Amino acid sequence: MAYLDHAATTPMLPEAVEVMTAQLAVTGNASSLHAAGRRARRTVEESRETLAESLGARPSEVVLTSGGTEADNLAVKGLYWSRRDADPARTRVLASPVEHHAVLDAVHWLGEHEGATVEYLPVDTYGRVHPDALREAISRNPDDVALATVMWANNEIGTIQPVRELADVAAEFGVPLHADAVQAYGQLPVDFAASGLAAMTVSGHKIGGPYGIGALLLGREYTPVPVLHGGGQERHVRSGTLDVPAVAAFAVAGRLAAEHQEWFAREIGGLRDDLVEAVRAAVPEAILGGDPAPGGRLPANAHFTFPGCEGDSLLLLLDAQGIECSTGSACTAGVAQPSHVLLATGTDPDLARGTLRFSLGHTSTPADVEAVARAIAPAVERARTAGLT
Amino acid sequence: MTSQTPQSAPAPARPLRVLAAMSGGVDSAVAAARAAEAGHDVTGVHLALSANPQSFRTGARGCCTIEDSRDARRAADVIGIPFYVWDLAERFREDVVDDFVAEYEAGRTPNPCLRCNEKIKFAALLDKALALGFDAVATGHYAKVIEHPDGTRELHRASDMAKDQSYVLGVLDDRQLAHALFPLGDTVTTKDEIRAEAERRGLAVAKKPDSHDICFIADGDTQGFLADRLGRAEGDIVDESGDKVGTHEGAYGFTIGQRKGLRIGTPASDGKPRYVLDISPVNNTVTVGPVGSLDVTALTAIKPRWCGTAPSGPGTYTAQLRAHGGETTVTAELVDGTLEVSFEEPVRGVAPGQAIVLYDGTRVVGSATIATTTRAKTAAAQ
Repeated sequence: MAYLDHAATTPMLPEAVEVMTAQLAVTGNASSLHAAGRRARRTVEESRETLAESLGARPSEVVLTSGGTEADNLAVKGLYWSRRDADPARTRVLASPVEHHAVLDAVHWLGEHEGATVEYLPVDTYGRVHPDALREAISRNPDDVALATVMWANNEIGTIQPVRELADVAAEFGVPLHADAVQAYGQLPVDFAASGLAAMTVSGHKIGGPYGIGALLLGREYTPVPVLHGGGQERHVRSGTLDVPAVAAFAVAGRLAAEHQEWFAREIGGLRDDLVEAVRAAVPEAILGGDPAPGGRLPANAHFTFPGCEGDSLLLLLDAQGIECSTGSACTAGVAQPSHVLLATGTDPDLARGTLRFSLGHTSTPADVEAVARAIAPAVERARTAGLT
Repeated sequence: MTSQTPQSAPAPARPLRVLAAMSGGVDSAVAAARAAEAGHDVTGVHLALSANPQSFRTGARGCCTIEDSRDARRAADVIGIPFYVWDLAERFREDVVDDFVAEYEAGRTPNPCLRCNEKIKFAALLDKALALGFDAVATGHYAKVIEHPDGTRELHRASDMAKDQSYVLGVLDDRQLAHALFPLGDTVTTKDEIRAEAERRGLAVAKKPDSHDICFIADGDTQGFLADRLGRAEGDIVDESGDKVGTHEGAYGFTIGQRKGLRIGTPASDGKPRYVLDISPVNNTVTVGPVGSLDVTALTAIKPRWCGTAPSGPGTYTAQLRAHGGETTVTAELVDGTLEVSFEEPVRGVAPGQAIVLYDGTRVVGSATIATTTRAKTAAAQ
């Protein structure tokens, strides 16, 4: 088996499993006042501190959520509502067109149901937003911008955005910038304070933590309108009893992700380079997606387009040989659609159907790369015969 | 439990790489499970045939909703086979739906299921499967393929005549049959027993209602579906002497032999019910008359397909003229590429556009599309 879909989810770290398993046996609602509650609260707050440290944030800036999707929704909708409440003129939302669906669909929903004017920022052929493009968009009317959202690094093609520069531009105009850093966390140095972001999304299961837990890093001056109302936990912006075992395990994974980040970028990045080279050698016409410069893309991401092939066919053929990867694009009713990311970068729609994303992770080995090197050329040849239906 | 389903089928002589078409229904799920149990290397695939699938099935109709796709995936997971969804919506629209509308527009009565088998399941799907290295496509149809030692194949009715679906597979040629697998063909069980088998296998679709009618007309309103696409065109309903007896909103909306929905105000002179005898799209006229006028003594059929070599000279066969129709004895002969068929006894309500499938015992000899019919009383040709 060659598991090369770590961007979808990566195996939980043994240390995280251990902490989570131990915590599952402990009773206590972190909101309760008695001893059991205090014990749970201590676990939660220590975990929050650990997470904050791993992300260059203050503990009070860590708002725990059920995962990346919820954090994205809270940032996008919550900040839109609070900014519009403060000034009804603020209805413009600026977003990159290469966002994950958790951001893209939330933004789209604001446009459909909340009177937002959604504006998609131009991107280059790597899917990168240039700071000048953000400046141009905001400066057209700085007073009507509710928020801007640009992901830290792209989940499909791996392109890293100039987050710091974008945040500087946004800050000049007093516009909050949100970044989905789900893919960046653990692979790149992610420092919330240094980034200048107003809000930032991270997720547990992409860094070796559990599913169903994530966080929105939220500058202390922001009070988004909640998406979930209830008991007032998490700064009153995210109600709900905290999942203490998941929070504790998330913190362990977060600490290790930060500790191992340099190793990860070097070692897993090296394996990724080998994989890219092997695929290009086997299939010379394969097109590498995203920024080819090593510093411009996620170290664990390799994204290819194979002209004349259907990504689904390649997936089936590789799956049959124990190689697990992804086409990288979302499904509608299980039917692969051309990726919105590739379309935004100007890729021809037919070409965009022939994509594969290999994403490496902490358990990847040279044997995984060798398996791809052996299988890819025959699979591409076969898929090309099957053609585009 | 009364059913005697083989629990451990003998290993196949040659394990095949099989692509199992899984609609999300119970038959195709059990078929895929049996193929896997028989030792084949099975991959499940659900065909997305609608460009805008509905989220949920609202009744016993249709098989192209997102829920069906999920049901198929769930079944594949239980069987333990890979599962994919293939988007054949465009091919389906072109080859099946557009053809369906065009046939009605021309005054004929198409059979879209047969067309789907011919153009989608055993053409578009099979071709892609073969290109990807599969050996065969398996479906949940009730029919049998018998392979002889010399490599020739025969398509036969299912062991259980009540569930036999060889009629909608009669269009398949030798090459298509060579790559077809029907794991339910030998089953002599009631539908309840297939459901019981699904239950035993842990397949959650065991209790799912059967799908009926035309999958791409979710509400079952064929007339409305056609009216949306062809528009309303008011025309005359006339009797056999040409006298106007009523009006209609589009000749395409009728089927020969139809009795209901004619909405004729004045009763027939003899007071007996009237039936659609003829549809003339050219002058947008529907002819009605007594039931006796529906009797057909002969027909011609075009685009014949043969399972095996085409018969030379006239032959006596049994014929089936619609999906759930009975058998009737005919003499058939191929004349200049057209099948000329005469019936031993007159048959009622034969609609151009439908298929005639010829059998020799249980063996499918071939099929063709009905083009013209000869009436016992008056000759009505199209």
